Parts: sequence; C-alpha cells; structure tokens
Amino acid sequence: MSHSETHALKQTQSDHHDESHGSVKTYLIGFVLSVILTAIPFYMVMEGDFSKATTLWSIVTLAIVQIWVHLKYFLHLNFTTEDGRASTFSFLFSALIIVMVVGLSVWIIYESNAMMMY
Amino acid sequence: MSTLSANLDSVSHDDHAHAHDHHDTSGDTVFGFWLYLMTDCLLFASFFATYAVLFMNTAGGVSGKDIFELDFVAVETAALLISSITFGFAMIAAQGQKKALTLTWLFVTFCLGAVFIGMEVYEFHHLIVHGNGPQQSAFLTSFFSLVGLHGLHVTAGLIWMTIMMIEVAKRGLGKATVTRLSCLSLFWHFLDIVWICVFTVVYLMGAM
Repeated sequence: MSHSETHALKQTQSDHHDESHGSVKTYLIGFVLSVILTAIPFYMVMEGDFSKATTLWSIVTLAIVQIWVHLKYFLHLNFTTEDGRASTFSFLFSALIIVMVVGLSVWIIYESNAMMMY
Repeated sequence: MSTLSANLDSVSHDDHAHAHDHHDTSGDTVFGFWLYLMTDCLLFASFFATYAVLFMNTAGGVSGKDIFELDFVAVETAALLISSITFGFAMIAAQGQKKALTLTWLFVTFCLGAVFIGMEVYEFHHLIVHGNGPQQSAFLTSFFSLVGLHGLHVTAGLIWMTIMMIEVAKRGLGKATVTRLSCLSLFWHFLDIVWICVFTVVYLMGAM
C-alpha cells in the first residue's frame, strides 16, 4: 500500500470515528429533548389534572420516545454504519425478548389473578 | 492538518501492518461490551416483570402512593440525566486527546452519579427506619430489588469511573484507554435508559 493510500484510509477512519461518536451539538439536542420528555410526565402525574388513562398512556409513550432519543443521541445507534447496524439489530432483538418476557409474564399473572377471583 | 498527517505518519511507520487489526479490535471490544449490556437488559427485564407482577401485593402495608415522593425522584432523575451529557462531553474531550478536560468532565460526572447514589441510599434508609423495609411485603421486596439493582449498577459505574480517572491521569489518552472509556460511556448511558423505565414504571405509575 502506498503512503498516500494509507493516509487516505486513516483519514476515512478518523472521519467515521467522529461521526459515530457524536458532537457537542448532538449531545445538546439529545439533552434538551430528554429534559422536555422527563418534565412533561412528572408534571402530568404531580398535577393530576388529567384522567388516569390519559396520564398512563402519555407517560408510557413519552418514556418510549425518550428511550429512542437516548439511543440515537447518546448511544449513537444507527442504520448507516456497519458497527451501528450490528448494535442496532442486537438491541432490537433484546427489545423483542424484553417485550415477550415482561408482557407475557404480566398477561399470564393478571389473567390467573382474575380467574382466581371467581 | 500538518500536525495530523505527522501523527498519522508516525502511526503508519510504527505499526503499519497492525493498524487494521488495532482498529478492528477496538470496534470488536466496544461491540462485545454492547452485547453484554443487552444481556444486562434481560436481567433488568426479569426484575421489571417481577415488580409488575408483585406491586399490588402490599400485605396491608404501604403502597407506592404512600411512600413515593416525586419531588425527590425528580432531583435524582435530573442528576442522572445531567451526568449523561457531562459524560458525553468527557468522551468528546477524550477523542480530541484533551487530557485535563476529559478528567474535569469525568469528575463532574462522578459527582453527579454520587449525588444520585447518595439520594437513593437516603431514600432506602428513610423507608427502612420507618418500618417499610424489604421484608414487609412483596411490593417492597420487588421495589428494593429493582431500584437496588439499578443502584448497584450505578455504584459499579462510579468505581469503574474512579479507576478510569486514575488511568487517564497516569497514562494519558492512549488507544486502549479511549476504548475503555467508550465502554464505560455505553454503560453509563445504558443505566440512564434503565432509569427512564424505573421512574416511569415504578415512581410515576406508583404515584398516580
């Protein structure tokens, strides 16, 4: 490999490095979004102005959005780089398992609870 | 630019043949650590499932509504969230090879993490001295287990951060050190994500 080629390759690697680790700007965007997405659910529950169902669905939705914000802006998950794709797919797989473990446990126990009552 | 190419030249002279291996290995290390975090997710998921199943079984004792103080939890949440962005700044400084700045941001992150743990220990102590210890009901057992598991992770993160501060101070920001910092940064941001689930499922839903 010639000297200039090595140089070019190193350059691409360091560019790629910057991109996958974020900048002050992306961290700040993530932080501001997180503050908003944390303040709203706390406000809703502390004030108690909304119906129980509205509050419940809002805080769950806002939590999911905030998890997405953290994954994108702090953990730099993406579909564009090869490393990013591998990490993103392993996360999505874990998320599937988590939904099954938590969701099905809750479903089974609540149903059995309901049936024990009668 | 000229200093950059000078640096790159010295790298390519020293370990021309190993350059690719080095790059690949650090990427593999961080990815391997990410896979460990995914298994840690499953551990937390099982604790969340346990909590979701048991939280109504208060055995005639206190429920979440009686013991959760949202003002207090909001301050804990703020400490952890701010520590996330300060760690981000530490990583940017580390990537730019700014040693003093990296150490400063790591120290700020450490202090915020310590505030979080201090508040959590205070909350647990407060509950236990008022007779609401983990042995009182299934709700309190699962509450102490879930929140305590997260707290133990944060404590482990603080110990790791102390070690990394010493390493950075003594050895500077070599490639291996930056890789280790990257792993710790994944760990720290991951714990913040788990905390989002904790404050939503345990504290907010419990206090509703």
